[in-house]
Amino acid sequence: MSTHTTAPPKTRPPGTPETTGMDAPTKDGVGSSARRPDGVPKVTGDFAYSSDLWAEGMLWGATVRSPHPRARIVSIDISKALALPGVWAVLTHEDVPGRKTYGLELPDQPVLAWDQVRYEGEAVVIIAAEHPETARRAADRVTIVYEELDPITDPEAALEVGTDALHPGGNLVRHVPIRSGDQDATADVVVTGDYATRMQDQAFLGPESGLAVPDGEGGVDLYVATQWMHVDLGQLAGSLGLTEDRVRITLAGVGGAFGAREDLSMQIHCCMLALHTNRPVKMMYSREESFYGHVHRHPARMHYEHGATKAGDLVYVKAKIVLDGGAYASSSTAVVSNAACFAAGPYNVPNTTIDGYVAYTNNPPCGAMRGFGSVQVCFAYESQMDKLADALGMDPVDLRIRNAMTTGSRLPTGQKVEGPAPVKELLESIRAMPLPPATPAGPLDLTRYPGGVSNTTHGEGVRRGIGYGVGFKNIAYSEGFDDYSTARVKLWVSGGEPIVEVHTAAAEVGQGIVTVQMQIARTELGVDQVVVLPADTQVGSAGSTSASRQTSMTGGAVRRACIAVRMRVLQKVVGTLTDDPGDLSLNGGKIVSDSLGMTLDLAEVIGAGSFEETYEYHHRKTSPLDPETGQGDAHVAFAFSAHRAVCDVDLELGLVKVVELATAQDVGKAINPQAVEGQIEGGSAQGLGLAVMEEIQIKDGKIMNPSFTDYLIPTILDMPPMQIDIMELGDPDSEYGVKGVGEPPAISSTPAIVAALRDASGKPLARIPVRPDDFLDFISSGDD
Amino acid sequence: MEGAEIVRLNLRINGQPHEVDDVWEGESLLYVLRERLGLPGSKNACEQGECGSCSIYLDGQLVCACLVLAGQAEDREVVTVEGLGGSNDLHPVQEAFLEAGAVQCGFCTPGLIVAAHELLSRRPDPSESEIREALAGNLCRCTGYEKIIDAVSLAGRKMAGGST
Repeated sequence: MSTHTTAPPKTRPPGTPETTGMDAPTKDGVGSSARRPDGVPKVTGDFAYSSDLWAEGMLWGATVRSPHPRARIVSIDISKALALPGVWAVLTHEDVPGRKTYGLELPDQPVLAWDQVRYEGEAVVIIAAEHPETARRAADRVTIVYEELDPITDPEAALEVGTDALHPGGNLVRHVPIRSGDQDATADVVVTGDYATRMQDQAFLGPESGLAVPDGEGGVDLYVATQWMHVDLGQLAGSLGLTEDRVRITLAGVGGAFGAREDLSMQIHCCMLALHTNRPVKMMYSREESFYGHVHRHPARMHYEHGATKAGDLVYVKAKIVLDGGAYASSSTAVVSNAACFAAGPYNVPNTTIDGYVAYTNNPPCGAMRGFGSVQVCFAYESQMDKLADALGMDPVDLRIRNAMTTGSRLPTGQKVEGPAPVKELLESIRAMPLPPATPAGPLDLTRYPGGVSNTTHGEGVRRGIGYGVGFKNIAYSEGFDDYSTARVKLWVSGGEPIVEVHTAAAEVGQGIVTVQMQIARTELGVDQVVVLPADTQVGSAGSTSASRQTSMTGGAVRRACIAVRMRVLQKVVGTLTDDPGDLSLNGGKIVSDSLGMTLDLAEVIGAGSFEETYEYHHRKTSPLDPETGQGDAHVAFAFSAHRAVCDVDLELGLVKVVELATAQDVGKAINPQAVEGQIEGGSAQGLGLAVMEEIQIKDGKIMNPSFTDYLIPTILDMPPMQIDIMELGDPDSEYGVKGVGEPPAISSTPAIVAALRDASGKPLARIPVRPDDFLDFISSGDD
Repeated sequence: MEGAEIVRLNLRINGQPHEVDDVWEGESLLYVLRERLGLPGSKNACEQGECGSCSIYLDGQLVCACLVLAGQAEDREVVTVEGLGGSNDLHPVQEAFLEAGAVQCGFCTPGLIVAAHELLSRRPDPSESEIREALAGNLCRCTGYEKIIDAVSLAGRKMAGGST
């Protein structure tokens, strides 16, 4: 079993306001591992995911997609499909009622393609039928004549002069240059490297799905699994040609997200079909369709040069990063900004020359995935740090600690790191953790060897390696974006007991934000009974469930709304118990005078009335990056984590076994320690996947492995036990001192694992995922 | 559906007899459970037999419902996650998943609970390796599996009579 070592808080969160009941935690309040309210329906099968929805008279939607990565559409003939009994609608671009394109940052993606398709799987025609099999057969009867064109599949070639432009503005989506210090700096010791990361799939288990129900008056209700309903709403209403009040979105059960639900998938299509047929329509992608239905993690090519003194102080970092954005922009402009901002790693580097590029190609569109641009560069800069340590003859952890960023350090963008930056402390923590035994104890257990129960080795030819990685990224939205979340909190009495109702639009995607909201309300208002209403667009935006931001942003909004409610309740009794509201707190359903030790029953004070407050929580303003120098305070906060990996490699077969992962992470404040561990374990598993197995394989613009048979994600046999040190150093800028938790583990786990594989094998392993052939001298790995 | 063979299906699900009309011959047992019988607990993460999210018992054998044609279930006994325990009478395996924090998005959970139930019915006190081997056909993308292993061990102890 794993050993979880949870370190006690090493400092108190500085600058956070005093909290009612923090000294004596409310039952299931902040800091407890309260159970999730959706847990019981999830274990009994009653929880309604977006793919479980059903309505009387419901039709099934289906999508006809391009088989070509790049082609001109010559003609579309839907007549045979329409003639099929049981088919109620066959719609094309001509039927899009409003804006014909959509997109998160640039509306460059057609709702349904008209003159050309830019990637394999692009939607061209949609169908509604009485049975999913009828819809599938109708799809077969749609005749689309294409004129195939040579796809542009290399992002560097896409940026060359003379290459066909895939979009009117050319193939460069964004270039982010960052220049700091002396551009001509020289160093005693120089190491260079070229690194590549490949396309990773979020592989959430709940497929894209939802139910659209027409309201009979031209409007529509959509029940859907998504990450940010309000940004869906704007795109959806625009393309449906409706005002936003006529489109209502309610969050259906979400079967995981990891970035893949930031962009629209079936939302507009499903609503178009429902409005056209005036019947409820359900759409549900198959696993294969899901690989075409959402964006993926950008593949990256990265050229690095690190210069250092003989003593091991970094002098400069030069980096050129090229991301493959695929056919449409999605969130590429923000992903490349992250890649550039964090390209030098969590280190003090006086001189930097960084260029991040993202290009349009005819590959599948890429966008958000857990780690968001930080993952790719962390693999590169940590590989470089190991290479530099080797060149210097230094211990790789000592080299990292020598150059570690601290509070007050500056990023290449010139931004000063204001909050805790415990890079040294994280590395020291994992280095001090006990190592697993050199060989498995007890009787022969094949699952502990590379190759597992395939019985390829009992230890012969197996060598062990140890590797380290440390990484960081920004929390919440950056570059001047006005990032906020809205919470409405109401306190009233029912059946003699006070009840708190919390309403936000925060998307619960599995991470536990509903539980967090309940814990905060319990702690701030001292009330046991808390109800979190379903997330929908009838309350203000909560922003996206992404960028590790919901606990700080929506948690912050809920806390502030609760404090506003508390102030109003306490105002009501000022003069009764005491004249000083600061002497009063709420705890256990009572109003407590701390100095007098007297209490009032909260329910009696509330009486027949209710107290309701809405709070919009904005984070500190950030600035854009200077377009030429990349200078600017673009980010609000940073989260850090470090991993140590122990891996075994069968050097004869190239098979690997990740034996153990140890990690330390500063989470600021663990609102729910069990959920924090769950985020760290799950994020580490996704990082393991990218290191050794996960790759959407693309040939000439076509996905070769759109299934869980061929796209491998870690199973329970692949994921090793973990040791976890959760640090709670408290961010000065956030409520309770919280920092985001979800992304960092997916950033630092990957380079640690690859470093351990290098340590075991002596191979360069500059491209991930690492393949068996990469360990074998007599086989060429072929491409790239 | 035009030109399609339509059948009537008789089977027992969670101890109750069911007669299902108008089933297209190509429908999977998973489709019939989810879309015709209102039992969506068995999930549809891949519908290719790779993820285990639709794990059920068919005549006592652990199978993926997506790989069973509905017609093959004629006159047979099906047990789904809904048959193991409800919100007022949770099975110890379900209780253990909640207690150990093994549920995040939960899409893999019903299949894992059925698979863990099957493991514990033949190995009441499984080792960590036995748990890993038995659940290797169930994908989870959220948890990293650590808490699932904890949950299965805990469930074994609960079923043996201990409370923890």
